[in-house]
Amino acid sequence: MKFLVCISNVPDTTTKITFTPDNKEFNKAGVQFVINPWDEYALTRAIELKEAQGSGTVTVLNVGEADTEPNIRKALAIGADDAIRVNAAPKDAWFVAQQIAHYAKEGGYDVILMGKESIDYNGFQVHGMVGELLGIPTVAPAMKLDMSGNTATLEREIEGGKEIVEVAAPFVASCQQPMCEPRIPNMRGIMTARTKPLKVVEAVGEGAATAVAEYQLPPKKQGVKLIDAANAGELIKLLRNEAKVI
Amino acid sequence: MSVLVVVECDKGEVKKSSLEVASYGAQVAQMLGTTATAVAVGEATEANLAALGEQGITKVLFDAEPRLKDFVNGAYTKLIAAAADKEQAKVIVLANSNVGASVGSRLAVRLKASLATNVVELPKTDGGQFTVKRGAFSGKAFADVTLSGDRKIIAVKKNSIEAQHNGGQTAQVEPFTAQLSDADFADAPKQVIMQDQAGGILLPEADKVVSGGRGMKGPENWHLIEDLAKALGAATACSKPVSDVDWRPHHEHVGQTGITVSPNLYIACGISGAIQHLAGVNSSKVIVVINKDPEAPFFKAADYGIVGDVFEVLPKLTQAVKELG
Ligand SMILES: Cc1cc2nc3c(=O)[nH]c(=O)nc-3n(C[C@H](O)[C@H](O)[C@H](O)COP(=O)(O)OP(=O)(O)OC[C@H]3O[C@@H](n4cnc5c(N)ncnc54)[C@H](O)[C@@H]3O)c2cc1C
Ligand SMILES: Cc1cc2nc3c(=O)[nH]c(=O)nc-3n(C[C@H](O)[C@H](O)[C@H](O)COP(=O)(O)OP(=O)(O)OC[C@H]3O[C@@H](n4cnc5c(N)ncnc54)[C@H](O)[C@@H]3O)c2cc1C
Repeated sequence: MKFLVCISNVPDTTTKITFTPDNKEFNKAGVQFVINPWDEYALTRAIELKEAQGSGTVTVLNVGEADTEPNIRKALAIGADDAIRVNAAPKDAWFVAQQIAHYAKEGGYDVILMGKESIDYNGFQVHGMVGELLGIPTVAPAMKLDMSGNTATLEREIEGGKEIVEVAAPFVASCQQPMCEPRIPNMRGIMTARTKPLKVVEAVGEGAATAVAEYQLPPKKQGVKLIDAANAGELIKLLRNEAKVI
Repeated sequence: MSVLVVVECDKGEVKKSSLEVASYGAQVAQMLGTTATAVAVGEATEANLAALGEQGITKVLFDAEPRLKDFVNGAYTKLIAAAADKEQAKVIVLANSNVGASVGSRLAVRLKASLATNVVELPKTDGGQFTVKRGAFSGKAFADVTLSGDRKIIAVKKNSIEAQHNGGQTAQVEPFTAQLSDADFADAPKQVIMQDQAGGILLPEADKVVSGGRGMKGPENWHLIEDLAKALGAATACSKPVSDVDWRPHHEHVGQTGITVSPNLYIACGISGAIQHLAGVNSSKVIVVINKDPEAPFFKAADYGIVGDVFEVLPKLTQAVKELG
């Protein structure tokens, strides 16, 4: 089977978020970028399924400019066979989804895996857009994915529980824990990644459907009010009479 | 032209997040000088749908097809698209839930609409622009986003909009069908497994949350968290390492790589307050931290704090809540 895994290049989870002085753009200066943590589940699961099937390929795809290549190479080091970079700044989910759908169709992939959401823009929407553009089912967010022949059995998280869903390939799934234990690159992987094919292609389709007018940081907290542990019950009175939340 | 609101129902009840969505939609309709219609999905009762009048909904479309009781992405999308066409809806509002995001993203393509998820405020419409504020960078920032499409879809973050209750108003419930075929049920569940939720309060919907971290020392101590949660009518949650070692189930893990919650009250017990944890909880209205280390970073993000041992403090808090009556 041919697996396509979409990876987003995002600020490391410990990043202190700041913006350019006009508040119109994210300030990338000094920021370490990583593979979106959710996408690591998609990548590792695709590799595991390929290994279990004993044949097939795992291709990673990123929509991004040349500075995302170190993380694409990292995905290759983890075990993907080849990579595609759509050479464009990812403007919004609609723009990204069109690229993924186009190159997924061109490459004839059976299974398209993504992360649940991109931790930078938290859209949680690329999955459905790609599924709709290709006219195939989407399962989001998926906590478990098994394949038997052409049929996939997935656990889809719903609020308060889960649904067991069976779909035939091709399909899109957006992945989250506890699907698998994400792998980290080993030495051999890092060596072989250097020579694995990374194809750079041009963007297609329409531009973005949304634009960021301005960013803001959340308002600062007033400071903590400490209550003596010996007198802990006092906290409950404050929550009722002062904060009015209980 | 009207505003279309997608209402999720469960065991006959309209979900709390959908009451918020209905209020949001009704307020947008008022801004645009039109009315708000709802389309209901899930297991609903006519009386509860009619009661959406209290949130300002004038009409509710409902398809009683039994296979629509459980979430099916394909069928829900087709149903809502048909409702949007019938109502000539320019604005569609849904919850930023797993259902809302799954359906909303497919609808955006099908209806050629601009989509904003994770929206926290009513839109601004000055100067011919349609702008919404949404959470970004996993709770670390907000972005004002302009939606350029002729049609707009808005997924509203839970607990960001107050559900309004105008007593006595009722909505007219109208049967509705979207000519669904078997192909629309390709992703229909073979089985639905609901969690056995302590006290019956679902974490994503909860307006109070009691959460435990590694400082709780082990799963055998979780009754302390559960007792307080029960007394408060709160849901329980945990930090990532706690679910990683299976002290608690994964669906309780909050944070950057878990669920994001924004309750009115979040009580963190024995959690250090790592940046990835804060990202999932820092939009809570009031944060309480109980930690024996006065230097724990969580205190910087807290409104109230107790420096102390959770094993001593938690029973006292539970007792104090019970005494409130
Ligand atoms: C400097 C910079 C500025 C940006 N500005 C914006 C902006 O203003 N608004 C905005 O919406 N986005 C912006 N992005 C892009 C953002 O990083 C995402 O790539 C894209 O918007 C999708 O985000 P989402 O949160 O909707 O994705 P989600 O729907 O949350 O993502 C789900 C999954 O889709 C896949 N995916 C997402 N993005 C990509 C990608 N680029 N390549 C391959 N797979 C992907 C991943 O598997 C991901 O887990 C910017 C990126 C950069 C580098
Ligand atoms: C990519 C990435 C993503 C991550 N995503 C998440 C996420 O989504 N959610 C998340 O939670 N974490 C996440 N983490 C992990 C995060 O960095 C922290 O390691 C984690 O939040 C720590 O959990 P904790 O606070 O329970 O444990 P610790 O950091 O070990 O803290 C335990 C705390 O309990 C206190 N304590 C101990 N005994 C007592 C007592 N008797 N009474 C009172 N207090 C006591 C201690 O003082 C300490 O502050 C992520 C990490 C990475 C790298």
